[in-house]
Amino acid sequence: MLPFIFQRIFTAIPTLIIVTVMVFSIQRLLPGDPALILAGEEQDPQVIEYIRDKYRLNDPIPVQYFAWLGQVLQGNLGQSIRTNQPVTQLIFQKLPVTIELALISILIAVLISIPVGVISAVRKNSLIDYTGTFFALSGLSIPNFWLGIMLILLISVRWDLLPASGFVPFNEEPLENLKRMIMPAFVLGTGLAAVLMRQMRSSMLEVLKQDYIRTAEAKGLIKHLVVLRHALRNALIPVITILGLQLGGLLSGAVLTEQVFTIPGFGKLVVDAVFNRDYAVVQGVVLFTAAAYIFINLLVDVAYALANPRISFSGGKS
Amino acid sequence: MSVQGLEPLKARRFKIQNRALRRFLSRPVALIAGLVILFFVIIAVFAPQLAPYDPAKPDFVSVRKPPSDTYLLGTDENGRDILSRVIYGARASLVAGVISVFIAVLLGVPFGLISGYYSGFLDEVIMRFTDALLAFPFLILAVALAAALGPSLTNAMIAIGIASTPAFIRLTRGQVLSVKAEEFVQAAKASGARDWRIILLYVLPNSFAPILVQATVTIAGAIIAESSLSFLGLGVQPPTPSWGGMLNVAKNYMNQAPWMAVWPGLSIFVTVLAFNLFGDGLRDAFDPRD
Repeated sequence: MLPFIFQRIFTAIPTLIIVTVMVFSIQRLLPGDPALILAGEEQDPQVIEYIRDKYRLNDPIPVQYFAWLGQVLQGNLGQSIRTNQPVTQLIFQKLPVTIELALISILIAVLISIPVGVISAVRKNSLIDYTGTFFALSGLSIPNFWLGIMLILLISVRWDLLPASGFVPFNEEPLENLKRMIMPAFVLGTGLAAVLMRQMRSSMLEVLKQDYIRTAEAKGLIKHLVVLRHALRNALIPVITILGLQLGGLLSGAVLTEQVFTIPGFGKLVVDAVFNRDYAVVQGVVLFTAAAYIFINLLVDVAYALANPRISFSGGKS
Repeated sequence: MSVQGLEPLKARRFKIQNRALRRFLSRPVALIAGLVILFFVIIAVFAPQLAPYDPAKPDFVSVRKPPSDTYLLGTDENGRDILSRVIYGARASLVAGVISVFIAVLLGVPFGLISGYYSGFLDEVIMRFTDALLAFPFLILAVALAAALGPSLTNAMIAIGIASTPAFIRLTRGQVLSVKAEEFVQAAKASGARDWRIILLYVLPNSFAPILVQATVTIAGAIIAESSLSFLGLGVQPPTPSWGGMLNVAKNYMNQAPWMAVWPGLSIFVTVLAFNLFGDGLRDAFDPRD
């Protein structure tokens, strides 16, 4: 087991290094003098010279890269030019809001997709299956910011059932927090539910063809017991893997959802930073999300290997 | 140089394509989706002839008028006809969808071919770059690139194209790895055919179907990505109409003019759904297992 974990970490390291090179290069792509860009509206030559010194902008690019990487490795992602706060601090301030949004949306997506996927597979080619498949494809095709706007129009403006926007921390007013999070979480979860439902349906169909299912049925077990006890557990494994891979998609979706519902999370942080020309924040957020994605996938792989004894740790057949 | 077995191979490929076409034509949903795509293409091409009003010209006498006989879908905050703007908006969405996927194919397929065909160190380097690109959430990468390059439709297309590239690298590489092991490729190698000739004549045509399916589905994703960037203000710049840009403004007038938000979003939804259904139809047609 340990060699597998180390092997997986070793393949993640070059990827992480390339990610840092890419993030650094995006900053270099910016047209104009980086010192002027980092200075924002502050055009005082002394300030610009200070920034040039601080970020070693007079040094050759490889030297600049390694200096920046050294800072990153110490957890220093720079400072916001707007608020003067460290970028790391900003990220950790906003992250809990997005994590809460993502967790509720995962819960909604799982609650919708698993039953619908299972029923679609068990009743293949029935009206329920066609309806489920159509809704899944619609979920993949609907732009979530438009779905958000439409829900606000109906549920908040017309029926006045839920607040249209804003955020209240959970620890201050839990009920108010949930009232404000349920609609954005549903919007964010729609695309995920569609992906999971399609995966659940196809993996369930695959499992239902297996010999042990036929054996269980031949033994006289009731159909729904076979499905719930035997098929579902095995069919869920690829669905969980897909869920891990979709976390990046959730972060992308959060950028738009937080914008529509004015939620002060991670996604709104990056969009506001782009419009404020706060490039240190943009760079920090992009690097953080990519690194987090690699780390989460590493965890998913290791957890998957631990949970599934058929996976060989040595790379050969077990 | 001719390689033995090329003719039967061509005949086999033609037979497979013919069968796929027949199977595709027998799927009504995919055909309807194709017609919907054609409908939007016609709208985009003939926008100047079809739009009843100038989509960019403000008319402050007709600000935020609800749908009526004069303005079928109503007007926006500057009195511009929403129907005309939706018609012109199809241009930005379709152009962005097609060109960004073209960029992704142009970058992704050659790297995938090289990576799969040559294996070894080159493969390792390309795959690590692909993994790194995949690590960036799609929209966050597109936002960062669009912000770095500056907000415009061209830059949005470049950003979406780059962000969509890894999928094509991975897909092409996988196809090459399976085709490479086929006898006809081994035969071509044994008869002394050059690498580029094997790649272009044998490997690439046999990878065509999955790349086409992926391209169709990616167009759907690219249209959503373009409208997302325009919604955030990083794509098409006003007053040029785009569906995402129209929704960005519409969200500020949800109480006063709810009709502003309905049509651009519905257009995105229907177009993307059509591309997804068309892609699904193509996938089923080319995949004999189903």
